[in-house]
Amino acid sequence: MAKGLYTKRNSGRKMDEVRPMSAKVGIVPSADGSAMFETGKTRAIAVVRGPRTLHPQHLQNAQTGILRVSYGMMPFSVSDRIRPGPNRRSEEISKVSEWALSSVVDLSGFPNTVVDVFIQIPQADAGTRVAGLNAAAMALAHAGIPMKEMVSAIGVGKIDKTLVVDLDKYEDSDYHEGEGSTDIPVVVTSRTKNVALLQLDGKISIPEFKETMEMAKKACNEILKVQMEALKNIGGSNE
Amino acid sequence: MSNFIIPNLQKEKIEAYLSEGKRLDGRTVEEYREIIVEDGVSENSASAVKVKFGKTEVYAGVHLAVATPYPDSPDEGTFMTSAELHPMASQQFDIGRPGINAIELSRVIDRGIRESGFIDFKKLCIKEGEKVWQVFVDIMAINDDGNLLDVAGLAALIALGRARMPVYNAKEDKIDGFSKDGIPLNKEVTAFSMTFHKIGGKIVADVGKDEEAISEFRLTIAIGDNKGEPRITAMQKGKAGTINDEDMETILKLAEDKWTEMFLKIKEYVFK
Repeated sequence: MAKGLYTKRNSGRKMDEVRPMSAKVGIVPSADGSAMFETGKTRAIAVVRGPRTLHPQHLQNAQTGILRVSYGMMPFSVSDRIRPGPNRRSEEISKVSEWALSSVVDLSGFPNTVVDVFIQIPQADAGTRVAGLNAAAMALAHAGIPMKEMVSAIGVGKIDKTLVVDLDKYEDSDYHEGEGSTDIPVVVTSRTKNVALLQLDGKISIPEFKETMEMAKKACNEILKVQMEALKNIGGSNE
Repeated sequence: MSNFIIPNLQKEKIEAYLSEGKRLDGRTVEEYREIIVEDGVSENSASAVKVKFGKTEVYAGVHLAVATPYPDSPDEGTFMTSAELHPMASQQFDIGRPGINAIELSRVIDRGIRESGFIDFKKLCIKEGEKVWQVFVDIMAINDDGNLLDVAGLAALIALGRARMPVYNAKEDKIDGFSKDGIPLNKEVTAFSMTFHKIGGKIVADVGKDEEAISEFRLTIAIGDNKGEPRITAMQKGKAGTINDEDMETILKLAEDKWTEMFLKIKEYVFK
C-alpha cells in the first residue's frame, strides 16, 4: 500500500477492520418484517410492509409485484437538525437502494402488489445508506419475501493514499489532508458475489479502485455472518 | 429515462445485433455518436452552451451570484447543479418539480465535477465568512435520444469552462456586468463522465433511447487527469441489474481506453 499521511486510523482500527456490528431482527411488531443494524455509532432500522395491493391502480404491474424503498435520516440523527421529509439526497439514496434490493427479490408470485421498505436512521456516524441496506435485507428476509440471495453492504474508500474499510464520519467528511477522502458505498450479493450498488465520490486510481472492491467483498462476508446469525435468532439480540 | 417501454420485437432485434457486436444504427459497441458543441444559447448568462450526441440535445448555462459561505468552509465559494427533464424533450417527462431521474442526473454530474477539484472554490471567496461566489449550473434537456447523463455532464463541464467571471462592486454591493476572465478553474484536472450499459451480454457505450430502455444496468464513471494517468472522481450504478467481475473488468478497461481517446478533444471543447 502506498505511503501517505493517514498511517493510523482515528478510531484505532486496522485499515481493513469494520466497526463493531450488532443486528436484531423483529423490532417493529406491527410490520411484516423489521430489523436493526448497527455499525459503530451508525444505527439503521428497516421495516417491510407487504406484499399489499398497490394504489393507485395504474402503477400496478400485472406480471410482478414491485419493490419500493424509502430512505430517510431522522431530524435528530446528526448534530445539525435535518428538516423532516424527503430531500434530493434522500430521494437519490432511496432509488439506488431500491435498485440494489430489487436485484435480489423475486416478486413474480405477487402481481399487482407492492412491497414497501422503509429505512430510517436514528443516529448517524457515516455509512448510513449501507447500514440501512444491511437492515433492509434482513427485514425482507424476516417478512418472508422470496429472495434469490441475500445482500450485504459496506462503505470502502481511500483516506489520503490509504485504502480503508467502513469509513466513519471523521474519515468520510472531516478529513481533508493530502488527497482527501474517497467514499465508495458497495452492495455485494451473498452467493454470486456481484455488485448490486456502487457509488463513488472522491479521487482514486483504477488499480486502487479494484483493490477496494476486493476489500468490500471480504467485509461483506463478515457482515453476512452477522445478518444470518440475527435471522436465526429472531426477536433476540446478537451483540 | 428508465420507464420507457419498447416492444419485445425491437428488444430482440437490438440484442440479436449486439450478440454479433453490432448496433442498429451501425455503430460498434464502443463507438460514440458525433459530438456537436455550440455557443450562443443565451448572451445574458455567464455562459450557455448546446451539446449534442447524435439526436440527444442538452443546453447548459452557468450563473454566478453573491452568497454567504457555509459555516464549515467560510473561505470557499459554493456550487449547485440542477437539471430539468422538460416534457419538450421526451414523451416520458412531465411538467413540475424535478422527479427522481432529474435529481439523480444532477447529483451524479455535480459529484463528478465537484470531487475532481475542477472549480477552484478558494478563489471564489470575496470576503471570508461573509461573501463568496455561488456557482449555479442549470441543465435543460431539449431532446432525449438516450444517454442524457453523458450529454448533460459534458454540457455542464463546457458551460463552466466557457463561463465569464462577473464583476462585483463591493461599494454598492451589486454586480457590474462581466469581466474578460473566466471563472477560476483547475484546468489540469478536468474530469468527464462516461456511462456504460449492459445489454444482451455486451457492454455498450453512448446508448440510444431504445438501448437505454432495455439495459440490465448502467455504470457511470467520471474520470479526470492525474499527471497523465486516469483518475476516477465519481461513480454511480443505475438500474436493478448486478455487475459481475468480468463486466467490471470490461467496463474499467473500456473507460480507460475511451478516456485516453477522448480526453484531449473534450479539453478543446471546454477551453475553446
